[in-house]
Amino acid sequence: MKKRKVVMDAEGIERSLTRVAYQILEKNKGVEDLVLIGIQTGGILLAERLGKKISAIEGVPIPVGKLDITLYRDDIMRSGKQRALGKTDIPFSLNGRKVVLVDDVLFTGRTIRAAMDALMDFGRPRLIELAVLIDRGHREIPIRADFVGKNLPSSQSEEVLVKLSKRKTSDAVIIEETF
Amino acid sequence: MKLARKDLLGIQELSVEEINLILDTADSFIDISTREIKKVPTLRGVTVVNLFYEPSTRTRTSFEIAAKRLSADTINIATSTSSVVKGETFIDTARNLEAMNPDIIVLRHSAAGSPHMLSRAVRQSVINAGDGAHEHPTQALLDMMTMREKKKRISGLKVAIVGDIAHSRVARSNIYGLTKMGAKVSIGGPITMMPRFIERLGVEVHYRLEDAIRNADIIMMLRIQLERQETNLFPSLREYARYYCLNRRNIAAAKDDVLIMHPGPMNRGVEISPEIADGPYSVILEQVTNGVAVRMALLYLLSGGK
Repeated sequence: MKKRKVVMDAEGIERSLTRVAYQILEKNKGVEDLVLIGIQTGGILLAERLGKKISAIEGVPIPVGKLDITLYRDDIMRSGKQRALGKTDIPFSLNGRKVVLVDDVLFTGRTIRAAMDALMDFGRPRLIELAVLIDRGHREIPIRADFVGKNLPSSQSEEVLVKLSKRKTSDAVIIEETF
Repeated sequence: MKLARKDLLGIQELSVEEINLILDTADSFIDISTREIKKVPTLRGVTVVNLFYEPSTRTRTSFEIAAKRLSADTINIATSTSSVVKGETFIDTARNLEAMNPDIIVLRHSAAGSPHMLSRAVRQSVINAGDGAHEHPTQALLDMMTMREKKKRISGLKVAIVGDIAHSRVARSNIYGLTKMGAKVSIGGPITMMPRFIERLGVEVHYRLEDAIRNADIIMMLRIQLERQETNLFPSLREYARYYCLNRRNIAAAKDDVLIMHPGPMNRGVEISPEIADGPYSVILEQVTNGVAVRMALLYLLSGGK
C-alpha cells in the first residue's frame, strides 16, 4: 500500500522558483560570472527554468549546463547495480565563475559531494553555491543548501518525488509512504 | 539493461541489446578524453592486469589508457620478460596472478580459446584482447562504434572486409557483430586466404576486390601479415598489392560517401595506398580514439555488475 500526498502544486513550485531566482541574484549581486549547472536528471529542467527566470529579470542570458555525476558516486562499486551514464554538457569554462549547482531534492548530501568533485575536474570555479527545490533533511555529510524552495521534514521511509515536465501543468512535489 | 556477465570473451556470445549497451556507454565516455583533466575516480582501487602473450602496442596502450582514465591501477605483463620464458605454464601464470587479487585480466594470446580457459581457471573478469585467429571483440566493438557515429546506424549498411580473412580475428568478430546488428557483410580476398564454409556465417564471398567493395558504405582493409609471406598464401607482396591494394582507382566501385577503416598496423602500399589511408574518407584514427572509449565502457560495465 502506498499513501501519497501532494505537498506542492505547479503554482507553488513556480512561486518558489521565482523567489529562489531573486535570492540568487541578490546574493551574487547580479549575473556577472554567474552560471547554473543542473544535476542529472532531476536538476536539469529546474536549472533551465531558473536560468530563464534570471535572464528575464536581468535582461541578459546566463549560461546553463548539465552535469552527470554517475562516475563520481561513492557507491558505484558497492551498489551492485550498473548505472546508466547520463550526459554531461558544460559548453563554457568554469574558471573564475560563480557556479550555482541546481538539484531537485537535497537528501543525504552525497550527490552534491560527487557533483562538487566532478565540477573541480572541469575547472576552478570562484565559488560554488547550491540551489534545491526541496530540502528533506537526513544529511549524512556536512553539506547545506544556499537556496531552498521548500524545507520538507520527512521520515527515512518516505519518498519525495518531484514531477516536472516541459508543459508545467502537472508539476507537483509528492510525498509517498509505503506500508 | 545491464551487462550480466563476468567476462567479455567474444562477440559471438553477445546479444544485440548487450552490444547496444556497450556502444551507448562508450559514447558517454568519449568526452572524458577531451577534457582538461582526463580522469574520473570511478574505478579507484580496481586493478587491471594486461597479460599479453603476443606483441601489441595499440591494443595494450589503449587498455592501459582506458583503465587509467577511470583511475584503475594497471600492470602490464609482456611474456617476453616474464616467467613464461622460464617455462611456467599458462594456467600457473594465471593462478599466480589471481593470488595477487587483481579485478580484471585483459588477455592476448596466440591460441584460440585461451581467454575461455583462463576465465574458467580464475574468478577475475577476463577480457579477450585477441585470441589466435578466433576473436578480437574490442576491435569489432570500436569498429561498430565508429560506423554508428559516422553513419548514424549499423542496420542496413553494406560493409566490405578485405584481406586475409582466414587468419583474421578482427574479421571474425566483425562478421559476428555486424550480421547480428543487421548489416550486410561481404568479404573479399584471395582464395588461399578464405576459410572454408565462411558463407555459413551469413556473408557474401568474393575473390576480386572490386566485387567485394561494390556499393559498400564501409570498407575495412585487413593487414597482410608479412610474417606469413613464407607460407605461400600469395606469390609476392607486389602481386598481392596489384590485385588487392585499395587505391584511388578501384575505390570508385564503392559508394561515394564510403568510409575506410583499418584495424592497424597498416602496410602502406600493400593492402592500402597512402592516398586512401590519409584521404578524406579514412576514419582510421577515429577508430583508435573510439577504442579507448569502448575499453573504458567495458571496464566500467564489467566492474559494476558484481
